[in-house]
Amino acid sequence: MSGQTAEPAVIAAPRPSRFRAVWDSKIGYNFRRNPVAIASMAIFLIITGLAFFAPLIAPYNPYDPAQIDIMNSEYPPSWVAGSLPEFWLGTDDQGRDLWSTILYGTRLSIIIGVCAVLVQAVLGISIGLISGYVGGRTDSILMRLADIQLSFSTLMVAIIFLALTQALFGSEVFGRYAVVFLIAVIGVAEWPQYARTVRATVLAEKKKEYVDSARVLGFGPGRIMLRHILPNSMSPIFVISTVQVANAIISEASLSFLGLGMPPSQPSLGSLISSGFDYILSGSWWITVIPGVVLVVLVLVINLLGDWIRDVLNPKLYRG
Amino acid sequence: MTLLSVRDLTVKFATRNEPVTALHGISFDIAQGERVGVVGESGAGKSITGFALMNLLSKPGFIDSGQILFEGQDVTQMSDRAVRKLRGNRMAMIFQDPMVTLNPVLTIGQQMIETLRAHRRLSYDEARQIALVKLKGVYIPSPEERLDQYPHELSGGMRQRIVIAIALLLDPQLIIADEPTTALDVTIQADIMELLLELCRSNMVGLMLITHDLGVVSQVTERTLVMYAGRIIESGKTRAIINDPQHPYTQGLINALPQQTPPGTRLRQIPGSMPTLSMMPSGCPFNPRCELATDLCRANMPDITQFGEVQVACHEVQRLQADLNTAEAAQ
Repeated sequence: MSGQTAEPAVIAAPRPSRFRAVWDSKIGYNFRRNPVAIASMAIFLIITGLAFFAPLIAPYNPYDPAQIDIMNSEYPPSWVAGSLPEFWLGTDDQGRDLWSTILYGTRLSIIIGVCAVLVQAVLGISIGLISGYVGGRTDSILMRLADIQLSFSTLMVAIIFLALTQALFGSEVFGRYAVVFLIAVIGVAEWPQYARTVRATVLAEKKKEYVDSARVLGFGPGRIMLRHILPNSMSPIFVISTVQVANAIISEASLSFLGLGMPPSQPSLGSLISSGFDYILSGSWWITVIPGVVLVVLVLVINLLGDWIRDVLNPKLYRG
Repeated sequence: MTLLSVRDLTVKFATRNEPVTALHGISFDIAQGERVGVVGESGAGKSITGFALMNLLSKPGFIDSGQILFEGQDVTQMSDRAVRKLRGNRMAMIFQDPMVTLNPVLTIGQQMIETLRAHRRLSYDEARQIALVKLKGVYIPSPEERLDQYPHELSGGMRQRIVIAIALLLDPQLIIADEPTTALDVTIQADIMELLLELCRSNMVGLMLITHDLGVVSQVTERTLVMYAGRIIESGKTRAIINDPQHPYTQGLINALPQQTPPGTRLRQIPGSMPTLSMMPSGCPFNPRCELATDLCRANMPDITQFGEVQVACHEVQRLQADLNTAEAAQ
């Protein structure tokens, strides 16, 4: 034990790169063997990639009135008789190229979904951490607040809030800041999902001895919560994040469909579906159906990925 | 010089009805660089004492009365912020199971550097250097690489060494070790105890060693406190307590050691088990299990008296002493 003069030269393998480490890990291995996860991930990456690079890919800019000609309205997609070759997915009721509009709309939907979930996560995680770690009366008050918040459905809260702001600011101002309003309202309405999950995990984690030893080392409650408990509570947070992104995209689409979300001049998937809905019986089904399919596929793959992550991160389901 | 002085420390646990008492006014001192063992069976209040010293009793436990003077300051009267400055810095604690006391998601280096920088103004690189030195101090091979490893990559003995290194990181004056070797392999136990002893000696660090293991106590500590049901029933030089225990409970503990009985025979265990906190018997808490118990034992809790080299709380010992005194006077 004390003969430490000649330290043996340790031949250590170099630390693998971060990507390599993830690829070789249990999660990476599981991913490679799960065709559903691979397909979902591929479709998700394609959709987000296309949406993210919409300004480069889309042949037209649907937000630029100069590029829109009302005379081009309601051309069908290319596989239907009477289509124009420059609009392969057809055009909507205002003469916008549907392909370009869907690209831009998907981008908006994803941005709103992700940002709303970020708002939810920041609110919910901080409240959940405090509630679980401090406990006692603070916990009761915060959790009853969460219960109250949950007893109103998200859509109801959002409809009231958006209708009020729309009336307050007028639809022009509302249209300009609709993205912000949507993110705020979807973000605030769903924080209890995070808060409850995080609180439950914190209650389990804070009894573990590494928390005691952090306290014994003289760390303050803030540091213990953020640096010690939170990183150990990440797996449920990952799982609900995926589900919540899908939910937020759906909420946004529903609100836009009801006319309380994105204005027709900057359509998201929801408002596009809504604008085509008036024409569905007059034969122009594609304005509703094509963005609808995109929305369903997007939400489906996110949910499938969420299911996969849940299974992978759950040690009880791990079968060696 | 006295490093730690505990006076009449009473710890209670709030329950639905009356609060129950876990520590009944215990008093003891630890001198600078002194190694003190605390022994007793499970539930005697050993770990509670350790946590109380750090003022870290978790709910529903609370310090009801008494003083804990550490370096002249009363820990029980300090603000949260002031106690936090003591913890990890002036006094450190080592827990039983190194498998769970290290944070699984941070590397060893991150945990050590974080601890250093929470208490001292140090740059990242300076902190890393100190961490390296401390890891070398606990004989960790190739410490440079260990810093970037996660706890799960290391063996139990290695992790306990790292826990000890973290405890020593800020050169504390007192280490409270709560059964530091119980969760380890027998062969590693001796190594770790030897290491702890060596480090305490060379750095003049006080050690409060909480353990079940009388063998460890006799090797490592200078003084021993024997606890039973929230009281210190016997204390004194370790040598005196191991060789010539006075309290019937301490005698029972030592007689119960497997070495005390020939192989193949039953161990001489103390009959019965310790009373629960809510059902404490009147008088001496040991009386239901004591062969020498008299009506006096069932009525009154004995005071602590000096007997030879040890302080002991027992009516029988006091009677014996009184007999000796009268015999001496008669001569």
